Amino acid sequence: MATQIWKSIFRHDFEDTPANRGKVIRSNVFLHLHPLRIPKHAMKIRFTWCMGGITFFAFLVECITGILLMFYYHPVIEYAYMDMKYLQFDVPFGQILRNIHRWGAHLMVMTVMLHMLRVFLTSSYKPPREFNWVIGVLLLTLTLLMSFTGYLLPWDQLAYWAITVGTNMGAATPFIGVEGPFSLVDKFTDVRFVLLGGTTVGANALLRFYVAHVIAIPAVVFVGCAIHFWRIRKDGGISRPL
Amino acid sequence: MADDSNPIPVQQECPGGCCKKDVSESRRTLMRRLGWGAFFTTLAVSAAGTLRFFFPRVLFEPPTTFKIGTLENYPQGTADKYGVVSVSEQFMEAQRVWIVRESDKIYAIFGKCTHLGCTPKWFPDDRQYKCPCHGSQYYSNGENFAGPAPRPMDRYAITKLEDGRIMVDKSVLFTVTQFDDPRCFLEA
Repeated sequence: MATQIWKSIFRHDFEDTPANRGKVIRSNVFLHLHPLRIPKHAMKIRFTWCMGGITFFAFLVECITGILLMFYYHPVIEYAYMDMKYLQFDVPFGQILRNIHRWGAHLMVMTVMLHMLRVFLTSSYKPPREFNWVIGVLLLTLTLLMSFTGYLLPWDQLAYWAITVGTNMGAATPFIGVEGPFSLVDKFTDVRFVLLGGTTVGANALLRFYVAHVIAIPAVVFVGCAIHFWRIRKDGGISRPL
Repeated sequence: MADDSNPIPVQQECPGGCCKKDVSESRRTLMRRLGWGAFFTTLAVSAAGTLRFFFPRVLFEPPTTFKIGTLENYPQGTADKYGVVSVSEQFMEAQRVWIVRESDKIYAIFGKCTHLGCTPKWFPDDRQYKCPCHGSQYYSNGENFAGPAPRPMDRYAITKLEDGRIMVDKSVLFTVTQFDDPRCFLEA
């Protein structure tokens, strides 16, 4: 196996030595976010609940099923609802694919919350991990935004009115919302307008929410996750029972 | 980029009376400021342009206003016991709006049940609107009197244009506490 091609990709041998074990982690762009060695206490499932890991797993499931759904979904008002129904009733494995995506989204929101609960209960948000908590709050917000933007895409009555209500709440934002206190804008320049690409939930809103849902927000989440995981190592490793 | 931590050795005193160090440092400072200035200016203009990009100039939305003719289209007559002379269904199908004539004013009722948003139906013989979903009932002036509806049906803004035609604006909605607002009815 130690051919030139293999060695050009993997820079380590297979002999079970501490040096090679280290190289496996260090020389891999994905694994290098991890610590070189897993401490024994990190495997205590009753302490960590593996809730962050489950959340990341749910995110990966959402990415894979979401990319597959994109092959059949047109983000235009003439087709969006029909494509959703087409996926459910005729696309091979479309129903289970859509349901995995939908339930996975629910799961991800719940596990993010439980992960934060665990981190709070074990005091793992305290120095030196306080900045990673901040990144975690950002990732929570982005998770909720991914749920919210995905909500509109089926383009049924639930989707339409949920986004109508949600963006009307945006219009009540101070300063940048047309109906908010100290409003500085009109209904063509406020934050709801920029969210919807118009004054009502229409074709522009569907397209904007689609772009945000499938690329803009997930891209930021990926970067946020990389920083989040890397900082676990940099901030003294995963927290441990005292 | 060179900075103060890595000074270029220069003669401290030069025969011509000038100081090379000062000249070269001030030139470098100027160039550095120009460079960074251009960089951040470009960045700021790009950011502003990107922000502006998200505000389209043209909207392909249906207009929120429609014209309902002149006052002559809504003649006076005898009022029913709720004060209503006539209820026009002319714009119901296209705009979901009833034009209601009272003896002293005209207003536009939004045909949406205030319970859960179904469309009530107008029964001219009973002088009532009745909602098919959960049985809410309204008098001809839109006031609720039976069923789960919590308040009278809402009304749209209505104005008289300079040419005498009347315009309804569906982007401005009034609930029962705002029915006294001058934009909510037309004196006629």
